Amino acid sequence: MSREILDARRLLCPLPVIRTQDRVKKMLPGQQLEVICTDPGVMQDIPAWCRINGHQLKEATANDNGEYIVILEVGK
Amino acid sequence: MNKQRRAVALISGGLDSMLATKVIMEQGVHVEGINFFTGFCVEGHTHAIRKKDKAKPKRNNSLWVAEQLGIKLHIVDVIEEYKDVLINPKHGYGANLNPCLDCKIFMVNKAKQWIEENDFDFIITGEVMGQRPMSQRKETMPVVAKESGADERLLRPLCAKNLPATMPEREGWVNRDELYDFSGRSRKPQMALAEKYGFVDYAQPAGGCCFLTDESYSKKLVDLWQARGNKEYELDDVMLLKVGRHVRPKPHFKMIIAREEGEGRFLQGYKKDFISMNCISHSGPLTLLDGQLSEQDLQLAAQITARYGQGRDAEQVEVNIHLPDGTEKQISVKPLEANEIPQEWFV
Repeated sequence: MSREILDARRLLCPLPVIRTQDRVKKMLPGQQLEVICTDPGVMQDIPAWCRINGHQLKEATANDNGEYIVILEVGK
Repeated sequence: MNKQRRAVALISGGLDSMLATKVIMEQGVHVEGINFFTGFCVEGHTHAIRKKDKAKPKRNNSLWVAEQLGIKLHIVDVIEEYKDVLINPKHGYGANLNPCLDCKIFMVNKAKQWIEENDFDFIITGEVMGQRPMSQRKETMPVVAKESGADERLLRPLCAKNLPATMPEREGWVNRDELYDFSGRSRKPQMALAEKYGFVDYAQPAGGCCFLTDESYSKKLVDLWQARGNKEYELDDVMLLKVGRHVRPKPHFKMIIAREEGEGRFLQGYKKDFISMNCISHSGPLTLLDGQLSEQDLQLAAQITARYGQGRDAEQVEVNIHLPDGTEKQISVKPLEANEIPQEWFV
């Protein structure tokens, strides 16, 4: 399973969502994308974006560095 | 069998665009949403920055609306292109630096490009005649349609009956009889329609969804342009105007002083781009310094920074100065008294 990483740190919503959307457009169904963010708003926004656009949220967690990691799988 | 028509709806995250979209979806049209991010959108930013807003939901209302409606949403970054709209608005500004009419024309034009690229048939907006003093007037509605190039492919379902029939109506893609004739600033018709559709939870932004309609924000932007001698700006400039207490003690430098912990954390991210300072002998705010500062200026800035910390009444306060290259130095200053900071320094 290939996974790409997107660094969206220091960006405030909706920019992490826009960057995620633009990256996903270039990916294939089944591929995974890990988005690293610092805006807590992504914990709501990226899952919502996944739901409405048919992608699967695999994980959304916060780490001890004040970062939020969202992993999604590109839908068909 | 008739081809299912496809429309793109400008989704702001507010009630009107939500209703307009639903009205058209009810007629069997396939609708997707589009949302433009100019950099000045109220959505998101400040909620993420200020700690006092932590209790508020962080949701992005345009995404939320799309989810409620069950439609896709395309969020488009127009930060760069929007600069020309803001700097050179053909139709001028509103009460503050809000170029509402040019903005609407710009967004409808972008939507027109999008429908052409994606093989959609028409554009929907949630505009209501007479609702906004600049962009949603009887006289300006045809201007938006014409100057955006969308012309008859622009449909405003909530006030369509007050306007000449557009292509989607004439071609029978939508039934004009099932559109609306809302006008004026009253929200009652929208609220009644929301109730009909079962929408109970929707955003009600006070003063619109754009920072440029805000007087205080606009003053800060004017100050930035005046200090730089031109109207160029970057996204970071736009975001920093939303944060902190802005103080300009001299024409050639400005201070951005965090007002609370959340802002301080946000400003930390800019320490590689600006000189910054904070009190070390007492607790106090982080301050960013924008401009070219002499030693004397740094002394003054440290005195002002100290004014906003716990050491404001102390004889001496230790202040750490952090340069963008990572080097640091400490100075001792006496905090300024409140009456030593003239009101005109506050931007």
